[in-house]
Amino acid sequence: MTMQLDSKVPHGPLADKWAYAKSHYKLVNPANKRKYDIIVVGAGLAGASAAASLGELGYNVKCFVYHDSPRRAHSIAAQGGINAAKNYRNDGDSIYRLFYDTIKGGDYRAREANVHRLAELSVNIIDQAVAQGVPFAREYGGALENRSFGGVQVSRTFYARGQTGQQLLLGAFQALERQIALGTVKQFNRYEMLDLVVVDGQAKGIITRNLVNGKIEAHAADAVVLGTGGYVNVFYLSTNAKASNATAIWRAHKRGALFANPCYTQIHPTCIPQSGDFQSKLTLMSESLRNDGRIWVPKSQGDTRGPKQIPEAERDYYLERKYPSFGNLAPRDIASRAAKEVCDEGRGIGSSGRGVYLDFADAIKRLGRKTIEERYGNLFEMYHDITAEDPYELPMRIYPAPHYSMGGLWVDYNLMSNVPGLYVIGEANFSDHGANRLGASALMQGLADGYFVLPVTIGDYLATQFGKKIDVKSASFVDAVNDVGQRVSQLIDAKGTRSVDSYHKELGGIMWEHCGMARSAEGLKKALVMIRELREQYWRDVRVTGTGEEPNQALEKAGRVADFFELAELMCIDALHREESAGGHFRVEYQTPDGEAQRDDDKFLYVGAWEYKGEGNEPVLHKEPLVYEEVKLATRSYK
Amino acid sequence: MDLTLHVWRQKSRDAEGKFVEYKATGISPDASFLEMLDVVNEGLTEKGEEPIHFEHDCREGICGSCGMMINGIAHGPLGGTATCQLHMRHFNDGDTVAIEPWRARAFPVIKDLIVDRSPLDKIIQAGGFISVNTGSAVEANTLPIPKPVQERAMDAAECIQCGACVAQCPNGAAQLFTAAKISHLGLLPQGQPERHERVLNMVEVMESYFGSCTLFRECEAVCPKEISVDFISRMNRDYIAAKFGVR
Repeated sequence: MTMQLDSKVPHGPLADKWAYAKSHYKLVNPANKRKYDIIVVGAGLAGASAAASLGELGYNVKCFVYHDSPRRAHSIAAQGGINAAKNYRNDGDSIYRLFYDTIKGGDYRAREANVHRLAELSVNIIDQAVAQGVPFAREYGGALENRSFGGVQVSRTFYARGQTGQQLLLGAFQALERQIALGTVKQFNRYEMLDLVVVDGQAKGIITRNLVNGKIEAHAADAVVLGTGGYVNVFYLSTNAKASNATAIWRAHKRGALFANPCYTQIHPTCIPQSGDFQSKLTLMSESLRNDGRIWVPKSQGDTRGPKQIPEAERDYYLERKYPSFGNLAPRDIASRAAKEVCDEGRGIGSSGRGVYLDFADAIKRLGRKTIEERYGNLFEMYHDITAEDPYELPMRIYPAPHYSMGGLWVDYNLMSNVPGLYVIGEANFSDHGANRLGASALMQGLADGYFVLPVTIGDYLATQFGKKIDVKSASFVDAVNDVGQRVSQLIDAKGTRSVDSYHKELGGIMWEHCGMARSAEGLKKALVMIRELREQYWRDVRVTGTGEEPNQALEKAGRVADFFELAELMCIDALHREESAGGHFRVEYQTPDGEAQRDDDKFLYVGAWEYKGEGNEPVLHKEPLVYEEVKLATRSYK
Repeated sequence: MDLTLHVWRQKSRDAEGKFVEYKATGISPDASFLEMLDVVNEGLTEKGEEPIHFEHDCREGICGSCGMMINGIAHGPLGGTATCQLHMRHFNDGDTVAIEPWRARAFPVIKDLIVDRSPLDKIIQAGGFISVNTGSAVEANTLPIPKPVQERAMDAAECIQCGACVAQCPNGAAQLFTAAKISHLGLLPQGQPERHERVLNMVEVMESYFGSCTLFRECEAVCPKEISVDFISRMNRDYIAAKFGVR
């Protein structure tokens, strides 16, 4: 049976929906707020801003992170910037334009009302961050500076050197630490969420493992908020931090939360290419570099000359050639596919042939080395450290890598999943980026959700839940604790022959090959067989050393990789069912004559939300139709 | 390249630790120091031994998770870099490398190379913020900030809270960390209302956990973000002004 997915989008004109909704949510009396417990899992931009803001409102918050401090969350690694429709540059920007760019950038697969709200809130985020002391770049007159990002023709990106994510996260982290000191938030560091507790259909708590002593514990609350990030570490090699994982959202999925659009993953065009088997992760080079860097490959195949020996006339600046109006600032999905295409043609550079140049020679000539240093200094240094090549002298070598997941748990307009009481914010939900995310929009979404949306919408639910907390001694909690304990023992007791990492690498290889930048029905079917076989072998043959009663990094990884196996399968199932190409989901069978993504709006204009049906059963697809009231569906063009 | 490692192994906080020798063989000079340890750990797992535990996450030098004493130097010989951004090309084939956890009274060992750095968060809780609730901010451009002031604040704000400054300091002091946050916020106009309160409270908590500064400047030498000890002088001036009412 398929369920009705109610997106709860408010009525009225698009631009008035959020104002209307805010004025009509049920409220919780300020004196009663401290009687509600809210669990927030994760303290990246979304989780930290939510936990801090909920604490400020007076709720009783418990915040869980697996790091030693909330400030380590992977939001910290975001480099380039955060979008906001401030129109400080007088270049014709507006809330509508940011909304429109995001819908188009997402290849018309996002929910209009959510995206419009995001664009509205973008301006408040900048105000809030500046008030917190985030040192955004400034002009000499003291006003805030902006730069451009991919997929847009205005300058609306705010930045703090190449460390925008770090500085925004510190703003949220400091707000959170302030609430911890005030006692409204109780912080649990080095705790990993391993299950969601659902009682009579409502989210009532979580099960955690203490990563220092291994204790498995139950925590009850009136609502649970997941801000646990994305899942592209399923590919093993990605730009995500090593610990980034899908366990929290996957456990919630197995307890009833629908997983929406799992096949929408973003492959970022500008990452440092892999240099060997030992490689543990890939490093992103910010998209902001494409403001001044020009991307090219040699015109002829197998050209082994160094970049400086290749004369101008023998270079192919393929993005400028194919997409003259956006040039090097074409959106990520398009730039990545174009890089793959030229490498497939045998024109890739570097020892592996899987790379393209990102060249700053013209920009340095035009602007001087000092300006380039000011704009990108730390990125150039990082590139130099990793590759031992000086990008001021030689063009950077780059190649696409998995970076972000647009898919995630399904949520309604209020950011609540289909499981009442379970909220999902930031990258962990599916809501705002459709099939492709534009640069500098992830920070915007995480903070919009955490500072401004969730703290308001959650009251509407909590107002109906007064005094309905469940005791952790009740059967549902005790059972869940036992389930988690059993799973931990199963991993340790397998006592097999192969390390967790070796399995993860193999899984990642399958996913990159068949569910990466280009997908086909044939490849996906093959992948499904391979994943199932490997997963079966994993549970039998994985080797986890040590015990469950101590810090055990192998055990932590083992649980996460076990969940990646199941998620990988769902990603392939989703990619197989979506017989169209849209944004980051490129099915080779569905492309235009010139190789662009071909959508099928008649058949696939919906959010595909999957329901877990138990071990060994096929998941069931539920559809939320996408209704475009404001934007006219069009073929996405950046030419 | 091949290396000999002497790695500090310690089962738990209260267990006794010791150096254990391992061989790291066939290491690519392009591998990072942590990737070299990954290779060693795969070998240990194959042999059924427990891998060396170390903290790490982003591996891009920004999250501040990683850090170890490498031949007695926090984050290793390169300087201006976190351990994850230290590459093996900076070592020679046949080198012997000693690897220890951060050494500081305030940072007890949790396991192997993992230490408890939570006192640093306690310092932030004492005042490392600007008290502005969500929703009460004014329009961002109503407050112009001169570019040099913003740049200076950013220099301080780059701190990644890795704890190298404490680990390298003979006194186990956290002055550089604390001064960086006090300066980041205290340089900006937004940070003025709480400026004096902030420095008094943060310094008090700092002193309850960490040693005193006697100007060795070892912290600056190992800081992966090359944060200047000038900020410590600035903190001291602020502290005196706050303490003795010279405001």
